[in-house]
Amino acid sequence: MLNIRNFALVVASAILLAACSSPVKLDDKAVPVVDSGANNGADARSVNTVDAGSADPLNQPGGILSKRSIYFDFDSYIVKDEFKSVVEAHAQYLNSHKNRKIIIQGNTDDRGGREYNLALGQKRAEAVRKALVLLGVSDTQVEAVSLGKEKPKATGSDEASYAENRRSDIVYQ
Amino acid sequence: MSALVASVPAQAQLRIETSGVGASQIPIAIAGFSDENLAPQQVTAIIKADLARSGMFKIIDTGDVISEATQVNLPDWKARGADALVIGSVQRLADGRFDVRYRLLDTVKSAQLSAMAMAAAPQYTRVTAHKIADDIYEKLIGARGTFATRIAYIIKAGKEYRLEVADSDGEGTQVALRSNEPIISPAWSPDGTKVAYVSFEAKKPVVYVQNLITKQRIVVANYKGSNSAPSWSPDGSKLAIALARDGLTQVYVVNSDGGNLRRLTQTNGIDTEPQFSADGQSIYFTSDRSGGPQIYKMSASGGDAQRVTFGGSYNISPRISPDGKTLAYISQRGGRFQLYVLDLSNNQEQRLSDTVKDESPSFSPNGKYIMYATESGRRGSLAVVSVDGRVKQRLTMQAGDIREPTWGPFMK
Repeated sequence: MLNIRNFALVVASAILLAACSSPVKLDDKAVPVVDSGANNGADARSVNTVDAGSADPLNQPGGILSKRSIYFDFDSYIVKDEFKSVVEAHAQYLNSHKNRKIIIQGNTDDRGGREYNLALGQKRAEAVRKALVLLGVSDTQVEAVSLGKEKPKATGSDEASYAENRRSDIVYQ
Repeated sequence: MSALVASVPAQAQLRIETSGVGASQIPIAIAGFSDENLAPQQVTAIIKADLARSGMFKIIDTGDVISEATQVNLPDWKARGADALVIGSVQRLADGRFDVRYRLLDTVKSAQLSAMAMAAAPQYTRVTAHKIADDIYEKLIGARGTFATRIAYIIKAGKEYRLEVADSDGEGTQVALRSNEPIISPAWSPDGTKVAYVSFEAKKPVVYVQNLITKQRIVVANYKGSNSAPSWSPDGSKLAIALARDGLTQVYVVNSDGGNLRRLTQTNGIDTEPQFSADGQSIYFTSDRSGGPQIYKMSASGGDAQRVTFGGSYNISPRISPDGKTLAYISQRGGRFQLYVLDLSNNQEQRLSDTVKDESPSFSPNGKYIMYATESGRRGSLAVVSVDGRVKQRLTMQAGDIREPTWGPFMK
């Protein structure tokens, strides 16, 4: 409405100016300008496609929701500040998509016993789960599980590999 | 070793003043059994390997073949250095089974210590040989032999994980479960017919009990979060498990059919790896309630826990000996993960392994040995050590990465 009203004002001014400057026929100028404003220049028969996949922000390449891994320091089970924005983005997404569910898989490096590492991986998954629930995500949308040291992403025995495996992954179901 | 000396039967009259396994061994001659080439495996070769592996015997070489019906001049064998002599025979029966007979003779006393006759199908020739070795061990050492027992373990070959069962010498392997996802923490039921384990086939850890004979599988625990660390009660009616259904990992107990779940620990940290004591009255478990992981003990019905391990800052994977007197566990000290035992009567701690990435100890059912997983050349292998640390063996198997051994019980 506002645009149309402004347009009407502009048109009215144009008419006024035109009327002042030279003798132009009012009917010829006014009608096409008003018509153009009402239709906003669009072809009434055009069709544009919506892609449900790309519309979901979860699938936007390079978007924050494409980040699904949260890394932890050695012997630590606290979500670091640098990953808070990732957790918040997933919380926001889950809160606005109540039908979506995730599994958080905690992982550890390969040093130490399998069962104790499974419990440590659970601690990392649980840290992310708790952060999401604090941000309002429903318990029913999130499950925290551990893969312990059983599914290492990096298989080396160096600090870089260990660091890569100290991780929780968010997996959408 | 005083316990071993005390347990040796007086009637053996052999040189058994053992001050240590390996330091003093019982010299024994094992003659070839008559017609033993008829059977699929050479019975006496298996007996010899079993006895030699135990570290308790010195095998006196002989090329003689002597049936159990033969009258033997025992002083001659004594003169050849043998304190005991084993003789026997193999016969094919009309129904296709093999009849294996044997005698164990004391050359010092010139007396028979034992005699057995066993008829078994051809595929049980190995078991028959192991049972004879068990009988020899028991008569001469004074404790039940474990050569006829079986082990289960996990092998990773390429992308495949398998739960396998083998004789205690690693021979005669059979596949119980195949999966493309990890399998961990196998545990034999006390009657030896089932194995409980954790499988990741549902993309998360779930506890199953599998009947080895019928292949029937029961999901014992598949609660929200991780389900792991099954351990049988001595009567086989219950399993202690670790669940993360209420947040962090805690110890629970559940009936072996999956019913009547009860939570036993209540902490804000990790409580895992529960193990029933031999009498079923207590549960040992790993907890980080004091910081790093340590081993604790509580009543099998839950309640207050007492800390058991104090040496070092990382002690995990408790296993209790069949007599309840010794605790085996893995301790990390100076970056090495090694097998330790703790004498629960005097809190004396002893390191048993020289390897550095040890995991998952498991007592032999007679309590004399501990099998554990270790690593050699970045591949998992199994090792066995006597509880006194004197006898050490490496169980190398064909191919693959072997881990998570569990030593099965005595079977009929």
